[in-house]
Amino acid sequence: MCETTLVRSLNILLHLLTALLLPPLIPGLINKVKALMAGRTGPPVLQLYHDLAKLARKRAVYSRTTTWVFLAGPVAVVAAGLVAALLVPFGHAPAPVHFQGDLILFAYLWGLARFATVLSALDTGSSFEGMGAAREVTFSVLAEPALFLGFAALAKVSGSLSLSGMLASPGFAISRATGPIILVLAGWGIVFLAENARIPVDDPNTHLELTMIHEVMLLDHSGRPLALALYGASLKLLVLGALLVGPLLPRAGHPWLDWAAFYGAIAALAAGVGLVESATARFRLNRVPQFLVAGLLATAFAFFLLQA
Amino acid sequence: MILLLLAAGLAAVSGVPGLFRARGGLAAAWLMGLAALAGCAAAGLTLAGGGSGLALLRTPLGTQGFLRLDAVGAFFLVPVLLLPACGTIFARGYWDGHHESARRLRLLLGLTTACMVLLVAAAHALTFLLAWEGMAVGSFFLVAAEDREPGTLRAGWIYLATTHTGTLCLFAAFALAASGAGFLFTPLAPGFAATPRGSAMFLLFLAGFGMKAGVFPLHFWLPPAHAAAPSHVSSLMSGILIKMGILGLVRVLALVPDPPLWWGALLVALGALSGLLGVAFALAQHDLKRLLAYHSIENIGIILLGLGLGTLGKSAGHPELELLGFAGALLHVLNHSLFKGLLFLGAGSVGHATGTRNLERLGGLARTMPCTAAAFLAGSWAICGLPPLNGFVSEWLIYLAAFRGLAFAGSSWPLLALAALAAIGAMAAACFAKVFGVVFLGQPRSREAAAAVEAPRSMLAPMAVLAAACALIGLAPALAAPALARAAAQAAGLAGPADLGLAHLGMLTWIALPLLAGAGLLWAWAKGGAAPRTGLPTWDCGYTASGPRVQYTASSFADGLVSALRYVLWPRVRWRRILALFPSQRSYRSQVPDPVLDRVAEPGLDLAARGLGRLRFFQGGQLPLYLLYILATLVALLVWMVA
Repeated sequence: MCETTLVRSLNILLHLLTALLLPPLIPGLINKVKALMAGRTGPPVLQLYHDLAKLARKRAVYSRTTTWVFLAGPVAVVAAGLVAALLVPFGHAPAPVHFQGDLILFAYLWGLARFATVLSALDTGSSFEGMGAAREVTFSVLAEPALFLGFAALAKVSGSLSLSGMLASPGFAISRATGPIILVLAGWGIVFLAENARIPVDDPNTHLELTMIHEVMLLDHSGRPLALALYGASLKLLVLGALLVGPLLPRAGHPWLDWAAFYGAIAALAAGVGLVESATARFRLNRVPQFLVAGLLATAFAFFLLQA
Repeated sequence: MILLLLAAGLAAVSGVPGLFRARGGLAAAWLMGLAALAGCAAAGLTLAGGGSGLALLRTPLGTQGFLRLDAVGAFFLVPVLLLPACGTIFARGYWDGHHESARRLRLLLGLTTACMVLLVAAAHALTFLLAWEGMAVGSFFLVAAEDREPGTLRAGWIYLATTHTGTLCLFAAFALAASGAGFLFTPLAPGFAATPRGSAMFLLFLAGFGMKAGVFPLHFWLPPAHAAAPSHVSSLMSGILIKMGILGLVRVLALVPDPPLWWGALLVALGALSGLLGVAFALAQHDLKRLLAYHSIENIGIILLGLGLGTLGKSAGHPELELLGFAGALLHVLNHSLFKGLLFLGAGSVGHATGTRNLERLGGLARTMPCTAAAFLAGSWAICGLPPLNGFVSEWLIYLAAFRGLAFAGSSWPLLALAALAAIGAMAAACFAKVFGVVFLGQPRSREAAAAVEAPRSMLAPMAVLAAACALIGLAPALAAPALARAAAQAAGLAGPADLGLAHLGMLTWIALPLLAGAGLLWAWAKGGAAPRTGLPTWDCGYTASGPRVQYTASSFADGLVSALRYVLWPRVRWRRILALFPSQRSYRSQVPDPVLDRVAEPGLDLAARGLGRLRFFQGGQLPLYLLYILATLVALLVWMVA
């Protein structure tokens, strides 16, 4: 009894530390993989930590058009992201907070982050940021149902309405309904790329404001607000990544091995994103909805396979 | 209950002092406020289980009364009195100053409210229909308050014709229901619902109540009426008047012990249709109040999804699903009345300050009207269903119902509800990002918007009350849970107030607290550090003559979704492609007409009127001719009786 309480509190502590400290590593890994694929050395893996530390010391610049809403965007992204990180299990330990229906809250916390980012972008009055904001909300209309249809399929498999029950339930989740879960993960993979503004939906390294989606909404941020926005983006990679790798993780049986498996899976996911970014080009903007519809169809089919 | 009659009486006379005195607005606000207090006390007592609802006005023959306040009625009673009270206070700054119609409007607003109070407590078809008609006629005059404006009377006539068509359906439906249970609201005999007569009754009730609630495709009266009415009247109509249609549906569903499966399926399908098309058409609007009106259609869709899921649960004998569906629908009724009332008042405040409702002429109001902006943001936040405000709580319950529904009987309807809810949520967020961004953020797009000043305190206070109510339900939903469980159990026809599945409402508080605390800490951190530089322009690629006209507009923001949905919305776009190197002035105009009113109902009715015009020669206008008709009828009747 005493031991399980200890393990559980250690698990929670590790969960919190992971959520707080790990995120900036993931973009570093992705960029390293991309650089290696392109035959460059690339920036150090820990580059984003240095950037964040530097931005925290720099002073912010505010446009004369902006109001308090401008600052609320990055703040809401990180606050919502951290709370969402409390709901999703990392590996096989249940998340620190779990209850029936927490998956709806999880999805809506990201909706909250998106709403605040979009308003923050519109607050500048810049037409570039308006474009980015309009694209972000347009694509979310397809991404959101795909996420929920995937939840529906997993709820059917696991009989649970909690992320911890769905993803961290004992056993190798994918072995119970292999086909449908692969379809769900394919659909969610598309959602993952779109929500995190990666190639082929969006290019984080693009230099033309006219074609950006996520980056353009951060154009006017600087100093600590920019640090928050960048950290929030990396946090989203980690938390949505945990959702994606959850059903794939084998259960090692030992808590520390489970954590090692989780970190390995996140690193593999980052490497996978880097490979996708190296191997594919970005879609034309009007092709993106078709890509997202593919994700939506995959998750819907997963549910209908379970239904049959 | 004496409190209920007191509330109705106070509301009814709230406009009377204004007929004789100059400062009628203040008296009306006091009377309406007292009415709201009395009504809330009555509702509180009923929901706490104190009074089970004393029957009033006994019939000479039967034992049951005409009026009875039960848990469902009490749940509706709170917004029915809260919104008019807020609206009356709002009207002091908004409407009373420079309009001769203010007296008439006050009187009719009070009478309409009193009718709605009686409606929520009606326990007999007769009182129900009387209060229903009083409400409909009263609100017609409210819509047509600004009868000098072009288009207002037209909107009023469309509303009047629609509501009477709906009432006609209700007469027929009550007659059919009477064959199953009589005119009192007593449960129908088991098996009645499955008969053809029961199906006809359900469809007629659905048409009659759906017309009032604004269910797609019977919604067409709603956007013009909401746009034409003064803003505090729009808030009343959108917040509570259309909910009376939902009240009617809840009453009917509670009387049916065994609804067939297709009832729930039809409600879910109509809910998904209303929700998706409502928000899609809202995205394409440029008029702030028309846009909000389409959002009411969307939210009625969400409520119908809840009712449909609850009914599916009832058919399948699944009490948890039943309770979650009805609880979500009822809570969304309350929530929608709070945040939509707030948004319409905010739209009124914007219109009052700038004189326009056209989104393309607004902008930058968050600097000149910070309080209105904050209140409007709270309303937008809540209507998008984002945590930690109240919209999320009710949508969460409906989502839970949909997830629970996936488990039973292989029905795909809950999956439809789930996908529709997710898409509606994302599109609503897109639409309100557009509204708030274009109206309040950026730079002013016109001189009127640049010259706006903050609304007076009498207009801000009601908005603050509604925003606080939204926050309270969002942060501490567990406070409302016992009352909600009681009302939902009654609506579902379950025996006792079971709290299946509502227990987790408390968790939302524990999530909201770290969210707010984290946001506060991060805000303080982001504000700290080196002193910021302010007063510089937004990054504009180095152009020197960049101005407000360069900003993204409401149409351009929504263009991605509107053009993706062009086969649904059929936008009318008028522009000419730019071909020359140095083009002269060009214009672009896009408009999305209502699919039912502008494309089906009006052309169809015109055609019918032209066809029926041929029959007008019967109405010759000569007395001998009419006497001849009477004689002919008498002779025909005589022949028929003899034969």
